[in-house]
Amino acid sequence: MVPVDYYVILSAILFTIGVLGVLIRRNALIIFMSIELMLNAANLAIVAFGSVIESFSGQIFVFFVIAVAAAEVAIGLALIVEIFKSKRSIDVDQVSGLKG
Amino acid sequence: MTLDLALFLVLACIAVASALGMLLSRNTVYAALYLVLNFITVAIFYLLLGAPFIAMAQITVYTGAIMVLFLFVIMLLGAENLPAPNALPWQKPLAIALAAALFAEAAYLLIVKARSLGNVLPPAEAINATENLRQLGVALFQNYLLPFEIVSILLLVAMIGAITLTKKEKGARNG
Repeated sequence: MVPVDYYVILSAILFTIGVLGVLIRRNALIIFMSIELMLNAANLAIVAFGSVIESFSGQIFVFFVIAVAAAEVAIGLALIVEIFKSKRSIDVDQVSGLKG
Repeated sequence: MTLDLALFLVLACIAVASALGMLLSRNTVYAALYLVLNFITVAIFYLLLGAPFIAMAQITVYTGAIMVLFLFVIMLLGAENLPAPNALPWQKPLAIALAAALFAEAAYLLIVKARSLGNVLPPAEAINATENLRQLGVALFQNYLLPFEIVSILLLVAMIGAITLTKKEKGARNG
């Protein structure tokens, strides 16, 4: 019997690592992967809570989150490819075209 | 210690270690592969939680499609090894402090404030795969039919958007 608290704490740890990745790394691809990690952490918490209340709603919600994440990745990677084409770099510090 | 708990702890260690590996590795390909390992452990967690459909969707969509797309883009751009950027010196300590504060707040709210949330179902009870799939399918196509259709339109829009973003415009200068 695993208490749901353990899953929630694990989810919080994974989410925090994702936040750290967004804050520390300057590589656009790694930042994007960290966002995926955060989505996964949230999904894990949702499925764990759904298992506690013995409801399907959590699983269906996670199904939709996975579908939206797939759409997000398609657009995001296309944007990163475009940034690379114009800047020759995916370092997010280089993307400062709007800076005066 | 029950078998469930031992399994959970081992998998949790693998998940956290692979997430840290993703965070710390210099090579972007290694980071992507660490993230694949992390997604697979999360899929096993879904199996433990009695969600076999979500576990399989996780493996096919995340590790199968999304991460392959990531690896494809990494190799397309030749971005395996980027030079270390000249980061701001105060950025890393500040980021770690902020992340620690975030984790402390989350742990406080989720554990201290929401005490005794209950146990997850043991896998033996939770996994009744055919019954689970049948109920999930009925729920998805009856109660959640409209969101399902909207998600399909969203995926179509994303697909068209990705094509529009990356295709070369006629007559445009080569960029």
